[in-house]
Amino acid sequence: MSSVGASTLLSVRDLRVGFATEGGLLQAVDGVSFDLAAGEVLAVVGESGSGKSVTAQTLLGLTRSPNARIAGSVRLGGTELLDADDATLHGIRGDRMAMVFQDPMTSFNPVYRIGAQIVEAIRAHRPETSKGAAREQAVELLGSVGIPEPERRVDAYPYELSGGMRQRAMIAMALALDPEVLIADEPTTALDVTVQAQILRLLEQLNRERGLATILITHDLGVVAETADRVLVMYAGRVVEQGTLEEIFYDPQHPYTWGLLGSLTRLDRERPERLPQIGGAPPSLIDLPAGCSFRPRCPHAFGRCEELPGLDARLPDAPGHLDRCWLDPETKRGGRPQ
Amino acid sequence: MTAAPLLEVTDLVKHFPVKRGLLVDREVDRVRAVDGVSFAVGRGETLGLVGESGSGKSTLCRAALQLTKPTSGSVRFEGREIAGLSRRAMRPLRREMQMVFQDPYASLNPRKRIGQIVAEPLRLQGVARGGELRGQALELLERVGLSSEHYDRFPHEFSGGQRQRVGIARALALRPKLIFADEPVSALDVSIRAQIVNLLDELQAELGLAYVFVAHDIGVVRHVSDRIAVMHDGRIVEQGPVDRVCEQPEDPYTKALLAAVPIPDPREARARRQTVGSG
Repeated sequence: MSSVGASTLLSVRDLRVGFATEGGLLQAVDGVSFDLAAGEVLAVVGESGSGKSVTAQTLLGLTRSPNARIAGSVRLGGTELLDADDATLHGIRGDRMAMVFQDPMTSFNPVYRIGAQIVEAIRAHRPETSKGAAREQAVELLGSVGIPEPERRVDAYPYELSGGMRQRAMIAMALALDPEVLIADEPTTALDVTVQAQILRLLEQLNRERGLATILITHDLGVVAETADRVLVMYAGRVVEQGTLEEIFYDPQHPYTWGLLGSLTRLDRERPERLPQIGGAPPSLIDLPAGCSFRPRCPHAFGRCEELPGLDARLPDAPGHLDRCWLDPETKRGGRPQ
Repeated sequence: MTAAPLLEVTDLVKHFPVKRGLLVDREVDRVRAVDGVSFAVGRGETLGLVGESGSGKSTLCRAALQLTKPTSGSVRFEGREIAGLSRRAMRPLRREMQMVFQDPYASLNPRKRIGQIVAEPLRLQGVARGGELRGQALELLERVGLSSEHYDRFPHEFSGGQRQRVGIARALALRPKLIFADEPVSALDVSIRAQIVNLLDELQAELGLAYVFVAHDIGVVRHVSDRIAVMHDGRIVEQGPVDRVCEQPEDPYTKALLAAVPIPDPREARARRQTVGSG
């Protein structure tokens, strides 16, 4: 699916999030831009400290704090969210844009029944809904995300559900107000693989049936390959490559993306003698190297890399495929590992 | 591999009683965490132990190492029965068998310096002291890819990958023959994971170590292991050479586990979804 201007739901432009710390300004997110259309799944891939979660949280105004320095633009429909007041944000959270977190155990209140929490979410935004009607809706929602016996589970406490069921309930709560955008931050990382597969299928189905636009934050390229339409690869707060799923997996342009793809242990391939690895470690966000942040770890770095490359389209045949690397695209296509 | 395996576990059982009662605790049920498990590890070999959360992998490691007392069954190390040995009797054997833990943030004492942490097993076992202790610790740090400048630093100054290197150096200190690595890379970032996997591989080749490599990620287990044992509900449902188990799985659970692993290749993933969907 492509992001045609007309169907764009969410538009993020030059988002910058910094935090003032004792050691100096920590630039967690540095100039992230993307558009998200209805029914589209955008995967944001990166390691810890890449800025992927801070980006997601900032969209919902969850990173606001006295030491946060937030700039840029986040528009949902015609509404600018970055400078929206609290009342506007309260109205949007859950209602138009909802979030699913990594750990469903810590995102539910442990002392309230699952159903009561969903009812509360519904009635906070739709006070005209009666308790009984909201409860019926909760039962229906739990059923729609594949929880067996929803009329009984609606009265369960979070601890009474397994990890997978709890994550389903979390998704049910996120869907309660029929949002347009769902932000899922590592929704399957805490789950076993067999359960992960079920949750991914569920998200895909919701996407198709409801036209839900989804931002999927993950470190797992396997999960990305199974679900996403488009991909942003983040490193040290910046997007280093962005493109369609096929472009990122079959014509990757940034050496960091090559490294990520190369270090996967794939069940469908022969075992390599040695796992290809990216040397070194991600840089400190307070003390980034000048130029390309990946330069100290990049086996292909050369003189020009001391200057920060822009996130530009460098391939004549793929105008939507952007990357931040000075290497010549033809050299890259010839020289990158398979 | 020689005829007698390095470690031989037979019918190992670890049940945890569920007790209830006002004055006298009555056992009302038991959690069968490990329920009759047998496997063997040869010298210099890697056995991959794969399973989902709650399958009993970690309890199995702890029971095999006598960190928790097995309910029944036999654990033989170099032919000698160690199940039920007292802490004192186990002590010399601790040199031979070490453990690397999952969480490099929780498994290093935050108030000790890196050098002290790595030297601790040598000091406790009375292997070395003073300058010699420091020399050996430095050597260990270098062996895992750290350097002498790290010796006087504290764990909080290190990244997850570096901490895991410290955990590995500590496990190597007493020159063990066998290392139990319990999810040693699952807490690490993707780009660091490969570094640690390769380090473990190199150390094995160099020192002739045997590993029991425990993980939920069958991809990583397949990469490092010679043989794989699949655990489910406290039992090993299938074990065998790595290629056989991964390519011709026999047990339905192993098949389900393999089928659930996402394929990091959009076209193949789509093709598989369609076959699964129609079949």
